Amino acid sequence: MIRKFLLLSFTLGSALLFIFQLSVLQLFNSEYRERSLNNAVQARPVYPTRGLIYDRNGSLWVANKPVFDLMVVPENLNSFDTLELTKSLKISKKELLFQLQNAKRFSKKLPSVVLRELSMSEVAVFQEKMWKYPGFYFQKKSTRDYVLPIGANVLGYISETNQSEIKSKTDYDLGEMIGRQGIEKTYEKILRGTKGVQLFQKDRFNRIIGPYEGGASDKAPEAAEDITLTIDAVLQAYGESLMNNKRGGIVALEPQSGEVLALITAPNYNPNLLVGRDRSKFFKKLVKDTLAKPLFDRSLQAEYSPGSPFKTLNALIGLQEKVISPETVFNCNAGHFYARGSFMGCHCRVGSQSNLIKGIYNSCNTYFAKTFTRIIESQPTSEEGVRLWHSYLEKFGLGDYLGYDLPIGKPGFIPDSGFYNRWYPKGKWGATTIISNAIGQGEILTTPIQMANFTATIANRGYFRKPHFKKTKSQKESDSLYPKNPTSIDTEHFETVIRGMYQVVEQGTARIAKIKGIDVCGKTGTVENFILLNGDKTQLTDHSIFVAFAPKDDPKIALAVFIENGYWGGRWAAPIASLMIEKYLTGEVKRSWLENRMLEGSLQAEYEKPLLGKAFTINE
Amino acid sequence: MNKSFLFRIDWLSFFIYLILVSFGITNIYSTGFTDDTQSLMEWGSPAGKQFWIFLFSLLLLPFVLFINSNFFEHLSYVFYSLSILSLIGLFFFGQKISGATSWYLIGGFSLQPSEFAKITTALLISTKLSSIQMDFKKGRDLIKLFVMIGAPTALVILQPDAGSALVFLSLFFVLFREGLDMRVFYLAIGLVIVFILTLLFEPLTLSLALVVLFLMAFQWVKKNNSRTKRTPFLLVFLGLVFFSFSVNFIFNNVFEQRHRDRFNIILGLEVDSQGIGYNINQSKIAIGSGGFSGKGFLNGTQTKGDFVPEQHTDYIFSTIGEEWGFLGSSGLIILFTILLLRILYRAEKHTNPFPRIFSYCFASMLFIHFFINIGMTLGLVPTVGIPLPYISYGGTNLLAFSLMLFIYLNLDANRLS
Repeated sequence: MIRKFLLLSFTLGSALLFIFQLSVLQLFNSEYRERSLNNAVQARPVYPTRGLIYDRNGSLWVANKPVFDLMVVPENLNSFDTLELTKSLKISKKELLFQLQNAKRFSKKLPSVVLRELSMSEVAVFQEKMWKYPGFYFQKKSTRDYVLPIGANVLGYISETNQSEIKSKTDYDLGEMIGRQGIEKTYEKILRGTKGVQLFQKDRFNRIIGPYEGGASDKAPEAAEDITLTIDAVLQAYGESLMNNKRGGIVALEPQSGEVLALITAPNYNPNLLVGRDRSKFFKKLVKDTLAKPLFDRSLQAEYSPGSPFKTLNALIGLQEKVISPETVFNCNAGHFYARGSFMGCHCRVGSQSNLIKGIYNSCNTYFAKTFTRIIESQPTSEEGVRLWHSYLEKFGLGDYLGYDLPIGKPGFIPDSGFYNRWYPKGKWGATTIISNAIGQGEILTTPIQMANFTATIANRGYFRKPHFKKTKSQKESDSLYPKNPTSIDTEHFETVIRGMYQVVEQGTARIAKIKGIDVCGKTGTVENFILLNGDKTQLTDHSIFVAFAPKDDPKIALAVFIENGYWGGRWAAPIASLMIEKYLTGEVKRSWLENRMLEGSLQAEYEKPLLGKAFTINE
Repeated sequence: MNKSFLFRIDWLSFFIYLILVSFGITNIYSTGFTDDTQSLMEWGSPAGKQFWIFLFSLLLLPFVLFINSNFFEHLSYVFYSLSILSLIGLFFFGQKISGATSWYLIGGFSLQPSEFAKITTALLISTKLSSIQMDFKKGRDLIKLFVMIGAPTALVILQPDAGSALVFLSLFFVLFREGLDMRVFYLAIGLVIVFILTLLFEPLTLSLALVVLFLMAFQWVKKNNSRTKRTPFLLVFLGLVFFSFSVNFIFNNVFEQRHRDRFNIILGLEVDSQGIGYNINQSKIAIGSGGFSGKGFLNGTQTKGDFVPEQHTDYIFSTIGEEWGFLGSSGLIILFTILLLRILYRAEKHTNPFPRIFSYCFASMLFIHFFINIGMTLGLVPTVGIPLPYISYGGTNLLAFSLMLFIYLNLDANRLS
């Protein structure tokens, strides 16, 4: 009997075994479905073109342009004229062979990049010879085109994502462009748009052989939005040219709105350098320049002592606290003894008497030292005095990040009583100990944008709106996004200080900033500064500072100009600020003699002094 | 011929045949499908070729059906001799395709003589076994049978084509059915088990296990039947231990690496989804991703991407699994099972030995193709290149198995003559 049923039972047995295995594979296991998708379907992202960037007047600033990667599929390579290729694409033979080797190692059938981001003109020459080079082809990509080669510090830059980045940024593909700094980083989401996806059927060599399901599951990309900035490109460009051969920063604001009109740092670089095949070469060069630090945005990141412009704030606090009035007069004998044996110098003549206005326009150290002492001593203890003083300054946006829409910045520093308690035994310090704060030296640190911001606050007679770089679509949106930040000082006191600042330009330390037909208000500053040179504290030439706004009664622009080692405020900073104001308000500069002096003036010799290793003199 | 002959034909088997071949061509078409594919009838495409071979086979159908059944029996020696000659001729005139010299190239057609040898060997074995003098107890007859099967087996192994060799060996099913000592069968089963166990464990471990097993078996048998002799047990035991060690030796020293790899992957001793295990892995992915109802005709992504090699020939079942899902693939298995059972059932009904034995030969060969091919595609059996009859692309195979079915139909319909 068993003979008859042998084959029969084998047949039934294997049929059952097969159906069992089929149910295991097909019914009770979803792993294979996923693996087959991984296997055979390639999702290729479709990127929308990156959003354009315009300046406040609608001038196109940043656009996109095509660049081309030279690709190779090693399998299709034939012997070719190496010399012609290396010559016309300006690549060394060694580099070319190295890239081809890498490509071969990666895959014989899949494309690899040989040369990145060739420009249209570089490709055009080679394109007609392309038929001689089977296996090579150009792949088009999109990159930034800086129509106006300015404001690299504002714009930031974009570059490809790398391996470690995409682990945390799961929404990005390897090599996708991402905003790195500045506007490109802050508004990455808007500028990037939403990428779409195209699904392709792959074969076993990972080659694409056609659309997957006829493109039914593809997703179209959503276009990116363009951005209009608050920056005035003309003013920005003008400011950058004025900063030629100097180091420092300029920040110009529209006081009523908080819109940033110009944000200049010097030295800067042409943003077009960070595009194309030589990108990394230039970037390395910028990073390696540790003396001029072109990647360090002085307008946002440099913390300086504010110097004399800070006197205006002490005046405001003194007025509000009623420790002085506009009529209060202090005597100055080219300085004064603020404590036994401690003399603070001043450039006022011996025996001069100043009221507040005169104190401001002559920048009398004595006047503000005495005002400051009165503020601190108006309270039972100097600890409470500093706390009071600090609480006023906070309202000007000092000592903290301003919260503007660029990714970098510094908080600056306004000392509070806790700070001095750490340095001096409790209660053993007083106004005289910290008297430098009266004239903007000492422990206080501010960034140029903070200085521009407090100048705007004065111009607004008591409030500021958060500085920002992206123009809002309507006034309403602007008001809700950037509400007024009031100070705790009454408007009338601002009018008093503004009268003083007006006289600075009319008859004081910055007469050079006077512009025919425009009432300019300002305050100069000359800031002592030191570096460590071979372990010794060495004084360098003073920084030249000027803060200003104009016109006096309806301010349209407020700015802070900071020129490193420029000596007194009226020498560099005030003329530059004045030229900027003239340019912005009238559209042209009539004082070409002053303009030329600023454009051509160079402080390079000053910057080299400490590097030469020889003894040098400062403040020449 | 009269109406009653047509009535007697095994229409069920014939319809299953028609369904299988049509389904096969459909899937061959799918494996070759790209977006540029114009029509099914392109002579150059595998599906087109298969279709014409199908038509040609159907053209032969009436001739084969209406030939006198005795014709097959009487000429079986002639056919067999011609087959053997054609297999030998391969070594002189054969064409080497993917490593095996199994083809003749004649005027643009490639012919695989081993496929026809399957028919002729089946015919000869049937003739021999149905002869009145045949006696399984006679050594002469046994040797004759073994030579009849062994000759084509040896010739295809030399090509080398291990798959076809296994098909010839499947005729042992027929020998067991017709009276070969069943102990040979048990021994064969035992050897297969020992073979697999040897690969899984060290021969020494296995020998120790065998010692224990045989001591226990001997004690148990002795208890029931005190007359049992010790010697045969000892001999079988020693034989198995020897076999185990020699398997170990052969496996490591005689087999080529690719053979070793195939066994190791099936037994789970090696995981290698990129190298040799790639085929099995991709085939399983294709089948597994089909799910219950499949991805649909022409929609198999694994199939389109050519991930499974030899997909229109040996791995056609993976396309079926992917595009037709559990429904389609288990349906196909059920159809094959019905066909096999039907042939076996009809075979047993014959009163004449020759038609019975030939039907049995046919069923055995069909079964071994079915078992190895689908088993391999599902990752249950080591990779052996062997097509799925009626489904896989391959002209000679389709023609040979069509002819075999037609001969079966002829013999079946003429059972009373």
